Amino acid sequence: MEKPKVATTSLAGCFGCHMSLLDIDERILQLIDLVDFNKSPINDIKTFTARCAVGLIEGGCCNEENVHVLQLFREHCDILISVGDCATMGGIPAWRNTLPLKECLDEAYLNGPTVHNPSGLIPNDPELPLILNKVYPCHEVVKIDYFIPGCPPSADALWAALTALLSGKPVDLPYELLKYD
Amino acid sequence: MTDSITISIDGVEIPAETHHTILEAADKAGIYIPRLCAYPGLKPNGSCRVCTVLVNGRPQTACTTPVMKGMVIQNETPELKRLRSNLIEMLFVEGNHYCMFCEKSGNCELQGMAYRLGIKTPHFPYLEPKREIDATHPDVLIDHNRCIFCGRCIQASKTFDGKNVFQYIGRTRNKKVGVNADDGLGETDFAATDRAAQVCPVGAILKKRVGFKIPIGKRIYDRSPIGSEIEVQPKDAGSAQ
Ligand code: SF4
Ligand code: FES
Repeated sequence: MEKPKVATTSLAGCFGCHMSLLDIDERILQLIDLVDFNKSPINDIKTFTARCAVGLIEGGCCNEENVHVLQLFREHCDILISVGDCATMGGIPAWRNTLPLKECLDEAYLNGPTVHNPSGLIPNDPELPLILNKVYPCHEVVKIDYFIPGCPPSADALWAALTALLSGKPVDLPYELLKYD
Repeated sequence: MTDSITISIDGVEIPAETHHTILEAADKAGIYIPRLCAYPGLKPNGSCRVCTVLVNGRPQTACTTPVMKGMVIQNETPELKRLRSNLIEMLFVEGNHYCMFCEKSGNCELQGMAYRLGIKTPHFPYLEPKREIDATHPDVLIDHNRCIFCGRCIQASKTFDGKNVFQYIGRTRNKKVGVNADDGLGETDFAATDRAAQVCPVGAILKKRVGFKIPIGKRIYDRSPIGSEIEVQPKDAGSAQ
């Protein structure tokens, strides 16, 4: 039987959730017996080559590219899981949401105490994805099927959720594994 | 004068005294009714509504309702669990609750309640209000981002400390816990030893320089759910759905 395919991505996140996935240690051998990885930074496959059973989303949406990637994952995956606090609630990047975007950019590129920017310009190269007015949790952009909070969720939490899902059991986290920090 | 009576909670008959509230009677009998604003020794103000139970079929807050003979109370029903989860989720989206860097994480009653109820993420849009931090006091800070308006600090300052440091100011979205001075907490007679410094259920009133003292794994709600200190037969940390 063909193994179910899993895709992963990091949007506005720090890659901590992906690190936590690698933290399952030797269980990674069991995992590759259970699934094949498709588009993912773990194997550096950059484009979807097949329909995937599960998409793991790290990070929320802070720019237009994040939104496009998230929509692409929704199109290609049967089940999408928001992994980590940035995906579920915006996380630390969303801290900027109480400030106007211009104030954030001015602080980062013009006024911040450690800024060295003789041109006095705020980066605006057309190659750069446009930054959004605020940071959105993934479920405010596309439909998300499951949520695994945590910053990052522990390897055990990710393992418990993934193995439950792959064996057709309800994606429950036992009390000790449901954490927001 | 008090009389001993009997009430029933989820089908279990428990003794109660007529001067008790439902919450007090349940606590004494080892039955946990979830709550966020009630605090032992402070007059209940019924603001969070998390302790809502069905009394003879009608919703009432357990912390403010006195017991009466023969009351039939429902506490752990799927519907009440859903309503309580909704309340907790609303509290999360109404403020700015960044558990990942909050010093109170692991010891926070709001977070603990969300864990107990198995909430993975709120279903409501985040309001992301602009709120301030008052760091003017040498030993204690107020982070208004995290305040859930339980009123404990206001009451505790009056009742326990014989002071009058806090009061609500403003209305609706602009409501906040104000202090009795123009330029912040540092100008009041508030002291880190005040009981009002210890009652905040969340990380809104925090002592400075003691953050993250307790390692992860040893914090109050790391292993056992909030309320298990009251329950006679603590629910084994069951699975959250
Ligand atoms: S500061 Fe803390 S104790 Fe005071 S009302 Fe807000 S949440 Fe309650
Ligand atoms: S504990 Fe009863 S209303 Fe808050």
